[in-house]
Amino acid sequence: MSDLLQRTAQARPNPRQEAAARIRALGAPRSASAPLGLIGVLGLVLIWEFAPRLGLVDAHFVPPLSQILATWWDLATSGELWKHTSASLLRSGAGFALALVTAIPLGAAIAWYPVVHRLLNPVLELFRNTAALALLPVFVLVLGIGETSKVAIVMFACFFPILLSTISGVRSVDPLLLKSARVFGLSPIETFVKVVLPAAVPTIFTGIRIAGSAAILVLIAAEMIGATAGLGFLINYSQFNFLIPQMYAGILTTSLIGLGVNYGLVATEKHLSAWRG
Amino acid sequence: MSTPKIEIDRVGQTFRVRSQETGREQDFVALDNVSTTVRAGEFLTIVGPSGCGKSTLLDLISGLTTPTSGEVRINGRRVEGPGTDRGVVFQQYALLPWRTALGNVEFALESATDLGRKERRARARDYLQLVGLEGFENRRPGELSGGMKQRVAIARSLACEPEVLLMDEPFGALDAQTRESLQEELLQIWRRTRTTIVFITHGIDEAVYLGQRVAVMSAHPGRIREELAIPFSAESDDDDVRATAEFAHYRHQIWTLLRHDQQAAADRAEEAAHV
Repeated sequence: MSDLLQRTAQARPNPRQEAAARIRALGAPRSASAPLGLIGVLGLVLIWEFAPRLGLVDAHFVPPLSQILATWWDLATSGELWKHTSASLLRSGAGFALALVTAIPLGAAIAWYPVVHRLLNPVLELFRNTAALALLPVFVLVLGIGETSKVAIVMFACFFPILLSTISGVRSVDPLLLKSARVFGLSPIETFVKVVLPAAVPTIFTGIRIAGSAAILVLIAAEMIGATAGLGFLINYSQFNFLIPQMYAGILTTSLIGLGVNYGLVATEKHLSAWRG
Repeated sequence: MSTPKIEIDRVGQTFRVRSQETGREQDFVALDNVSTTVRAGEFLTIVGPSGCGKSTLLDLISGLTTPTSGEVRINGRRVEGPGTDRGVVFQQYALLPWRTALGNVEFALESATDLGRKERRARARDYLQLVGLEGFENRRPGELSGGMKQRVAIARSLACEPEVLLMDEPFGALDAQTRESLQEELLQIWRRTRTTIVFITHGIDEAVYLGQRVAVMSAHPGRIREELAIPFSAESDDDDVRATAEFAHYRHQIWTLLRHDQQAAADRAEEAAHV
């Protein structure tokens, strides 16, 4: 029987699949893409450094990169940069976390109970198509100019991507898996925890990733209006006071944070959806 | 005689469907007055054209749906819902793609039994071994071939040690070679465990090869048209039972039954078109 197993049941792509795999391997040379990307970054660095020096752009408005990095270093060592960064991270982190713990259960409920879906769907459509920043004046009006309104606007911006992806993730669970859960006598709660949620995780994470970028984007904009700390404040304040290298240092920091957040979320997503193959 | 394992007693199943021509809701009779019994330890195959209600019948035995009329009894007790005394193997495997082969078998044991973690793992290993998947315990379904996935699904159902195993065209999606070897192994497992098996297929060969008894169904409305006892197949250990004259005889008999049915359906359709 083991010989039979070897012959008939070995997990191996069939010839057609193997051929397809070879074509894919030729089509996208992974090893070559990293150095090529590096060259792209290097190109940007060189242009940024030498375009102002050669007078191609006004060095007052676009200082050479080396000058910006020097300013960035000064800010970082003086603790000034961390003050603003930590303020921003705390706000966006809190808003993001609040959105997570509210949007996932609500999304699951909406997807699970058709009545809730029909009841809330039009309202959600309306809110989802309202730009978060358009509501900033409302948030400031109601919640004041302090931390609460900033955390709230981040939460609002993060809420809908997570909610919508949770709804679609839970709704698209293979009905056959639900059927087999019934056959094995799983209770509704067990079914939800062991079947529905794991099946929906990859889809939910797509929304979480979008929310991650939204959290930073919206917060920076919110901090430009009425704040005394935070990267958005730093950028805006520097521009008002014509501290141009400092402004760019702030912008560069937001880019790096965005990159880091996205990288972290993509890695988590990859880990959690490895089974999708 | 003792109580049969499964009694299907004048079962009817009607669905409300929207007619394609008129757009009005009407009744669709999926099963009409179906009765049969299955003895303990028997291997019954059900063969019929698509739309004859064979999957509906299996859903009724498993308790996933309740009949419009009549009732299904297991050990003399009326079926009210799914229960762990019955296992189901689906054509599309229904494995959890994020769990390993071992994890999928354990999944079934987690709610169907009150075994501890260690015992679950041990039993899951035993049953994977039974279906010839030793060494593949830690692969996810995505890393297994169709035949191996179905082996996992069979191991998962057997691990709960059901009294009845219900199989809904389990080998329908597999290639011919894999299907034959799985048929053979299923018979071996059945001989060893003596589980009562109800096996649905649309393949005549498969029905004759596996079944001790073959129920031939007809469509519109779904009925059991004839039941044939197969005196040899499942019991014999012949090298190639399929090549014998006896096999050909039963095969032809069922083929004729199904063909008549098809002819009648075509005639009805033509009549309807002329009216």
